[in-house]
Amino acid sequence: MAKSIVQEFTKGLWKEIPPFRLVLGLCPILGVTTSLENGLGMGLATTFVLICSNFLVSLLRKMIPSKVRIACFIIIIATFVIVVEIMMKAFAYDIFLKLGVFIPLIVVNCVILGRAEAFAAKNGILPSLADGLGIGIGFTLSLASLGGIREILGKGTLTVWGEPFFTGPIFSIADIFPKFEPFGFMVQAPGAFVALGLMLCLMNLMESK
Amino acid sequence: MGYFELIISCIFVNNILLAQFLGNCPFLGTSKKMETAVGMSMAVVFVMVMAGVITWVIYNWILVPTNLTYLRTIAFILVIASLVQFVEMFLKKSIPALYAGLGIFLPLITTNCAVMGACVLNIDKEFNFLEALVASFAYAVGFGLALVLFAGVREKTLLARVPKPLQDTSIALVTAGVISLSFFAFKGMV
Repeated sequence: MAKSIVQEFTKGLWKEIPPFRLVLGLCPILGVTTSLENGLGMGLATTFVLICSNFLVSLLRKMIPSKVRIACFIIIIATFVIVVEIMMKAFAYDIFLKLGVFIPLIVVNCVILGRAEAFAAKNGILPSLADGLGIGIGFTLSLASLGGIREILGKGTLTVWGEPFFTGPIFSIADIFPKFEPFGFMVQAPGAFVALGLMLCLMNLMESK
Repeated sequence: MGYFELIISCIFVNNILLAQFLGNCPFLGTSKKMETAVGMSMAVVFVMVMAGVITWVIYNWILVPTNLTYLRTIAFILVIASLVQFVEMFLKKSIPALYAGLGIFLPLITTNCAVMGACVLNIDKEFNFLEALVASFAYAVGFGLALVLFAGVREKTLLARVPKPLQDTSIALVTAGVISLSFFAFKGMV
């Protein structure tokens, strides 16, 4: 049993990492990853909703009639999205402003509904929690890495939030390559598509070796 | 802002797919064939206009007076889900030809974040009723335009010889990037 829970957790990190393996939840991936910070913030918010909704769905899975299950899942997810929205307004207001419309849109993120339908509705509480945590962390990792890559190439800096620890850019590419000119293309809309497409290509290459 | 500028801005400059990144799952999912792309676009125009108007009314006439604006997310998703269900039943009964055309795309729209996104954007930008109606329609037209354009290009890439690791989703994303770049040229017009 313990082994299978570990498996449920780790599969989200590489084997089924969204959005590369499961092509779901593309909108936030493309929309908010203009910097590492935004990617991390969005990833953590999504992870929270994913874990909570997986937990509740698997807890209630025997009570929810199968005909109205999608509606029930959506209500459960929407409730936690509102919780995240209010919490972020209170504690992380500048990130909340940057992520803007994408916070309420977590509710229609297909990763969350997909996990509720495909996993939590059929499995017990512990595996569901592990699955939520694994997929959530995988999602955060992809968001953060894409955000980081786009930020380095587009602005030439890498910023990590958390004012108590660091302020401002903690890493600047100009320190290493003085002649580096940031190409603004990467942080604009078209750069998102191209960067994600190339990352996917890189992952396929690594897989095929 | 005049209505003409609003329309241009919503269709081209702030195109909901390529500049705001909403509704990308159906964008990649239904663009493999021109036929499905057209079906999806029509269904989205239909639902987005209705959803935009109804959510505006619910937000401004019910949620704001009763101080329940924090329930926006849950109210909107319920409205959209039931609207889609209702439209589906209505079309099945009264216009079977259109229903057969839209078919499987209607239920998919519930989780299309472009619809929900357009509704939320209408509220965030504090549009009045008529502006919300026009903007929803223009967003939907922009969605359809981008989707149909993309499907046309993607049909061609199917025939091209693409390097193995780049195949399928990967090349589709890069193609989308190029189309997004062409829409990018409209920036600064409004």
